[in-house]
Amino acid sequence: MADKPKVAFYWCASCGGCEETVVDLNEAVLDLVAAVDIAFWPVALDFKRKDIEAMPDGAILATFVNGAIRTTEQEEMARLLRRKSQLLLAFGSCSHLGGIPGLANLFDRASILQSVYRESPSTVNADGVLPSLRYKDNGHLVELPGFCQTVRTLSQVVDVDYYVPGCPPTPRILRTALQTLLGGDLPAKGTVLAPDSALCEECPRKDSKPENLTIAEFKRPHQVLIDEEKCLLAQGLLCMGPATRGGCEAPCIQGNMPCTGCGGPTSRVKDQGAKILSSLASLVESKDEPAIDHALATIPDPVGSFYRYSLPSSLLRRKKLHSGSNGKAAQVR
Amino acid sequence: MPEAMPNSSQAMAPVAEQPPFEPRIVAFFCNWCTYLAADLAGTSRMKYAPNVRVVRVMCSGRVDPQFVLDAFAHGADGVLIGGCHPGDCHYQEGNYKALRRYRLLKRMLGQMGIDEDRLRLEWISASEAERFRWVMNDMVEHVRALGPLHVQPGKEVFAEEVTV
Repeated sequence: MADKPKVAFYWCASCGGCEETVVDLNEAVLDLVAAVDIAFWPVALDFKRKDIEAMPDGAILATFVNGAIRTTEQEEMARLLRRKSQLLLAFGSCSHLGGIPGLANLFDRASILQSVYRESPSTVNADGVLPSLRYKDNGHLVELPGFCQTVRTLSQVVDVDYYVPGCPPTPRILRTALQTLLGGDLPAKGTVLAPDSALCEECPRKDSKPENLTIAEFKRPHQVLIDEEKCLLAQGLLCMGPATRGGCEAPCIQGNMPCTGCGGPTSRVKDQGAKILSSLASLVESKDEPAIDHALATIPDPVGSFYRYSLPSSLLRRKKLHSGSNGKAAQVR
Repeated sequence: MPEAMPNSSQAMAPVAEQPPFEPRIVAFFCNWCTYLAADLAGTSRMKYAPNVRVVRVMCSGRVDPQFVLDAFAHGADGVLIGGCHPGDCHYQEGNYKALRRYRLLKRMLGQMGIDEDRLRLEWISASEAERFRWVMNDMVEHVRALGPLHVQPGKEVFAEEVTV
């Protein structure tokens, strides 16, 4: 029993969907438990932080961390697990690229707290209390983790060995990743454990993608009846397939919805959002500026659409903060 | 000792004057038109602002939006793309592709808090050395007025950001 390699799972800023993937291994989870000891998995098993702290450094073979890093506690846990693990894996989009929580990088901490704790319609907070690091209640000191201005990916905080893409990663991708780790024949450090080609390559609608594709205007899924056979781009839908890593077997396309880009970029691309922008904009039919603008206006939220999962890992990482600049602040339009 | 010597409590440490802000501009010029205009301006010994670092590409359609974002992320205060006039592209369609990407990229920069005027696209043909000179100077003055960009917070800044 003690000889089995140890594996840990932990979550940071995420929704819990990645944990579902582990459960969705179904019977294969039994193979997993037969092959490894699960040393830490707070969502499912009763372990405490002190159990991890008591382990010698490097005692865990591999730790799968899902979720972005957004609070001081998450950063502490990431550092602790890094120390205790031989291999640290960023598991899922949030950990790999920043994910949906990463879109908070379009705002700053003050406006997020203001919106969540004071302005949201469902909030009752007559005194306008905001979370603070320390609070005394009946003589007891209560402490909360700090909330960071900027959402970071796991690799922006600690050294990461491998990445498992997807929101969430499919059970098949997880299974393959586990087999790779336990097989002992490890790929180069920094590898994303999924095929390195765009989703279009494995798309079931690949053959219906026209040779010369042009788009007069973009349509959102609720605005059209979507043909179940035809390439979604050819129907004017904003599909991230051309700029997104495949390996997921296109479940969204099979559900008749366009790809939203959770697989992240392929290894040849630095910035997924810029790449899909390049691809989609060049497909616009028109050649004159007002008509081009008119067509592009049908993409109401470029950053939210192109960087849905990857803003913190993008080249710009976040919306520019205006404080601390010694120049004239750029106006935000 | 002259009496005018100020006593030490009043003396101010000499403050190093900050050098005036000089915009750093990265330019991507197409091989067939704007780069040749730059060449002509040079051989004609025209004088223009020296703030522009030129990268020659075969076509403005080759300018991946990643190049632009990478330039901003690495300290450029402005990015200029130069191509052939509409209808004149050596590859027929490249400059239209550049125009479409540029229009969308500008909007996206606005969302990211970067003034859209920091990115500029100009059509300058091989014979338009005078126009080239004017665009260079005009771009530099525009970006000078906008001030430095300072886009990229380093990792150390992320760590310092925790106060709540």
